[in-house]
Amino acid sequence: MERRGVATVSLSCAWSITQSVSPPRAVFLDFPLGRTAGPPGDKALQGRILLDALNTLETMEEPGEIRALPHRWPNGDGWKERARHPPAKANEASIDDRVGRSPTPQYQIEEDRTAAQSRLAAGGCPDCVFLAEGA
Amino acid sequence: MSEPNDPVDYIARTQKQYANLGYPPYRWIRNEGRPPFTPLKKPLSESRLGLVGSGGIYRSGQVAFHYRDDFSFRVIASDTPVSELRATHFAYDLGDARRDPNSVFPLEILRSLAAQGRIGELGPNAYAFMGGIYSARLVRDKLAPAIAERLVKDEVDAALLVPV
Repeated sequence: MERRGVATVSLSCAWSITQSVSPPRAVFLDFPLGRTAGPPGDKALQGRILLDALNTLETMEEPGEIRALPHRWPNGDGWKERARHPPAKANEASIDDRVGRSPTPQYQIEEDRTAAQSRLAAGGCPDCVFLAEGA
Repeated sequence: MSEPNDPVDYIARTQKQYANLGYPPYRWIRNEGRPPFTPLKKPLSESRLGLVGSGGIYRSGQVAFHYRDDFSFRVIASDTPVSELRATHFAYDLGDARRDPNSVFPLEILRSLAAQGRIGELGPNAYAFMGGIYSARLVRDKLAPAIAERLVKDEVDAALLVPV
């Protein structure tokens, strides 16, 4: 993206992964995975987070910088203990354990499946872009 | 030993989990050296912005992501109501993302920042895919260039990237 002239800033809740990937600009938020852009329902905080992130487009000059933002997760850091200790077996419960790897579309609600299928029958989904693996 | 306030080291955590499951260690992408860097050409308040999120967001009516090496993406019009956004992903707790898609795909929040004049405007589309794609090669060689191409076509000055 940057090579094509588009400046980018990435949010991150995973410091070590972002450090390893080394994106051009990043801001770190110490939130549990799955809430990168802020706690649900708090539009004011989400707005401040995005503004802080977007402002780095004007202020960051050193490629690869990760700037930690001061926002804290509202209910404290108790989530970290659970996140640090993955289950020994795949079938034990964990807050972010993975589910089975199915090759069929996984709809949030059944109505979405019907809606997608009737749209496909009527001509397809031009805004669903499937890429080929080969060169 | 990590201190309670240290960030969670998800690379170490995942390697431990893989070892417990008897999998070989995952080879994480490690990019060395200076990343490509384009300065923003005009003030943020005059810039056109794109949104790219890896939280598995689709719009009701679109085909949802599947959970086996799906590296497709969805084009989501920037005026899409938040009530039509859905979340599906095999690797994170979806509860909050389904309660409020802005937690992983802050399209509505960007719209308000544009309405307030904090950013110039949004591009015509946002882009969504489902992270946790095992092959970094497919992301680097196929998915990222395809989305970059769209952003260039949308004539955005900058993009906000929201991984999960």
